[in-house]
Amino acid sequence: MKTKTKINHLKINFMEYTEKLQNVSVLGAAGKMGSGILLLTAVEMADLSLKPENKGKHFVLHAMDVSGEALQGLMKYIKTQVQKMAEKKIVALRNLYAHRADLVTNEQVINQYTEDVLLIIRPTQILESTYDSQVIFEAVKEDPDLKVLIFKHINENSRTTPWFCTNTSSIPINLIDEKAGLNGRVLGVHFYNPPAVQKLVEIIKTENTQPELTDFAHTFAKNLRKVIVPSADFAGFIGNGHFMRDALHGIREAESLAQKYSFTEAVYMINKVSHDYLIRPMGIFQLIDYVGIDVCSYIMSVMNPYLEQEELHSSLLEALLADGVRGGQNPDGSQKDGFLKYEKGKPVGVYNTRTKTYQDISEIKDRCDTELGSPPLSVKPWKAVVSDSNKDQFLKAYFKEMKAVNTLGSELALKYVRQSRETGLKLVSDKVAFSREDVNTVLRTGFFHAYGPINEYI
Amino acid sequence: MKKMRRKVYMIAGYNTISMGTGRKEFHPKKPRPDLEDYIREAGQAVLSQIGGADKVDESVFGNFIASRFNNQGNLPGFAPFIDERLRYKPSVRVEGACATGSLALVTGIRSILAGTSEVTLVLGVEVQNSVKAVYGADILAAAGWAKERKTGHAYFFPGKFSDRSKAYAEKFGTEKTRSAMARWYANAIENARLCPTAQEYHNTTQDLIACGIDKPNPKGFVDSLNYYDCSKVSDGASAIAVVSEEGLKKCDIDKKDAIEVMGFGQAQDDITRPPADPTKLSTTQVAVQNALKASGITKEQVGTVECHDCFTIAGIMAVEAIGLAQHGKGIDFVSQGHTSRNGSVPFNTTGGLIGWGHPTGATGVHQAVTIWEQLTGKAIDAQIDIKDDKPYGLTINMGGDDISVVSVVYKKAN
Repeated sequence: MKTKTKINHLKINFMEYTEKLQNVSVLGAAGKMGSGILLLTAVEMADLSLKPENKGKHFVLHAMDVSGEALQGLMKYIKTQVQKMAEKKIVALRNLYAHRADLVTNEQVINQYTEDVLLIIRPTQILESTYDSQVIFEAVKEDPDLKVLIFKHINENSRTTPWFCTNTSSIPINLIDEKAGLNGRVLGVHFYNPPAVQKLVEIIKTENTQPELTDFAHTFAKNLRKVIVPSADFAGFIGNGHFMRDALHGIREAESLAQKYSFTEAVYMINKVSHDYLIRPMGIFQLIDYVGIDVCSYIMSVMNPYLEQEELHSSLLEALLADGVRGGQNPDGSQKDGFLKYEKGKPVGVYNTRTKTYQDISEIKDRCDTELGSPPLSVKPWKAVVSDSNKDQFLKAYFKEMKAVNTLGSELALKYVRQSRETGLKLVSDKVAFSREDVNTVLRTGFFHAYGPINEYI
Repeated sequence: MKKMRRKVYMIAGYNTISMGTGRKEFHPKKPRPDLEDYIREAGQAVLSQIGGADKVDESVFGNFIASRFNNQGNLPGFAPFIDERLRYKPSVRVEGACATGSLALVTGIRSILAGTSEVTLVLGVEVQNSVKAVYGADILAAAGWAKERKTGHAYFFPGKFSDRSKAYAEKFGTEKTRSAMARWYANAIENARLCPTAQEYHNTTQDLIACGIDKPNPKGFVDSLNYYDCSKVSDGASAIAVVSEEGLKKCDIDKKDAIEVMGFGQAQDDITRPPADPTKLSTTQVAVQNALKASGITKEQVGTVECHDCFTIAGIMAVEAIGLAQHGKGIDFVSQGHTSRNGSVPFNTTGGLIGWGHPTGATGVHQAVTIWEQLTGKAIDAQIDIKDDKPYGLTINMGGDDISVVSVVYKKAN
């Protein structure tokens, strides 16, 4: 449970904070991001509603989505997740329900809490439901025109003067503010996927953003136990500012490697280098597939107009999309095929743009691995490094060894690390990020990297 | 307790694996053996050692609460499931929370003493991983007074022993208590690593003391215990045959492979009353003293102890209840290594409840099996040296918060 003192050290008044959260809407609530934001918001609202001082106050959370079917699935998801969260915080919940003589066992307490959270949520397909909301969280498709249209519509029809928190990962907030006529009542609150698990929230304010809204978002994210990184209002912010350039580097490297090797071999090798050699949780092509080739391509197109002397675009991504290869996830959360083909979540094939079929990784693996040469002997899997308390020492020694090894794999890896570092530094010099540490925090917490890109390892 | 009017022996012990987190085979979402599998495995293992089910006159099942963990009651119905030759023979199930296993043994001993049976199969079993720990805590809370559940901790029994640990530490020193608890944990794991059926057999942690001194997390768990202080959630069964002199002959078992029950103490306290002094296990003390008296031996003659360390602090308090250390000095006794496997009185030589596991209803029987193994030289890698001047093995099995306690004294048969 959150304490009052925790909130007091921020500027926003606890009463105002609570009041704002009494009527909230999440747009795109049944989507990948929306469902997570809905879950966290519902739990925060329920926790507030259960505080003795809020007895008798009414809390409503509208879960707005265009798909009725998806909303049904959403409620099942929310129930399961809330139950799991309740199980984890049973010690606090028993105190919270201490006054309820009828709730004796853990099971009774957990069921009651789950019911209390679910009772706050109103699934809806009708936009009008949002007109009484004080805060609107938006997680619809990454389309500036769509977001502007919805915000404008709600703003013009709302019976309150709502705050808008957009989960955009790339669209400049000031643009939304201006086009939707929100007069500073909009803020970027960018959760990472999946919001219930990922610790990072990027907060992006504009010059016009109301300070109370920023304070509200900080309090909200803190109560959700998130790591907050502020980012300047520049297309792509820190997260995609790094990821899109990192992806393009990988694509360019694969394209250049494809002059000597086959395309599938090149993709396999760059994916392996960016995964194993760089000790990342997944290779760059797997990450592009995870986010979605369509989403990546779209984000680049949103960011590109704002960049000078830089072209954020990939014809390869477009070619794949033209073939109907999109990546992303199935409704059950499993990975769809993209650059790579997946079986039980593991890559087993690589897309061949010429034959438009997947080539089995087993057919190319041996030759590619031989070409890459052995990784440095001290290499460890990402999972082992992330949890290593002497990580820094290990990484220093590891990259030192990598520099001494003269293999194609190490050469590609070092180039990748340097490029990633430069991208990070550019975000700082372009004033997108306020510090080097902010860039590193985003990559560590939002992308689960074992180390930040701005380091002195090489 | 009166002196026993007839000689009673135990033979042919068997423990299944204590299954749960820590075992490599364990995965919470994958299928695994169930109640009937454990019953059959342990039961048949004993029957095969004594020459078949024909030798058995009756059976006793020890099970705490399968009615809630597994929706299963009427456990005696599983006797003929072990072997159809047990059909129509008497069988009974007894219960006394975590002391259930020893109550089953005592029930078996009594029917031998009464002369109504020459060979009694005693089997303890519990399968608890059927529910998540947070719900298991609700079920296990039944070992306490139900009227206290509402005000009790989410993790009811860890809460009870956390209170005891806190009281003890306040009285005798926080740091000393914590470091003795850590030592208890380290001893338990080191012993468990020598016993292939132990739940912590696969434990490879290097710095066990570092784990043991971990700071408790009151927000997520209890005030004064960390996770390492607690026995885990376990599935398993243990079984042994309780026999008379005649029963030994009937089963054709040599005395060198048997242990003799020298005496036992059984003590009962009021479940509705809180402990008068939370720094002491008063009921345990009575049970142990009665067992020693009934056996006609002194504590100095005890060579090894299997005690009820459901929590590290309970292990330390058991040391004091036996009288091996004065009140408040148990922490020094443990820290100085007296209870380790090379110490003056090795405790819980296959890991005890913390290291071997705690399938509630089976624990008392598991203790008897371990003593049988140690005294007859069958403990393999876990074998300790039993000295001539200290030939006795002692068990302490506690149900609830020092409410139902059984203590038994054994010696190698001769």
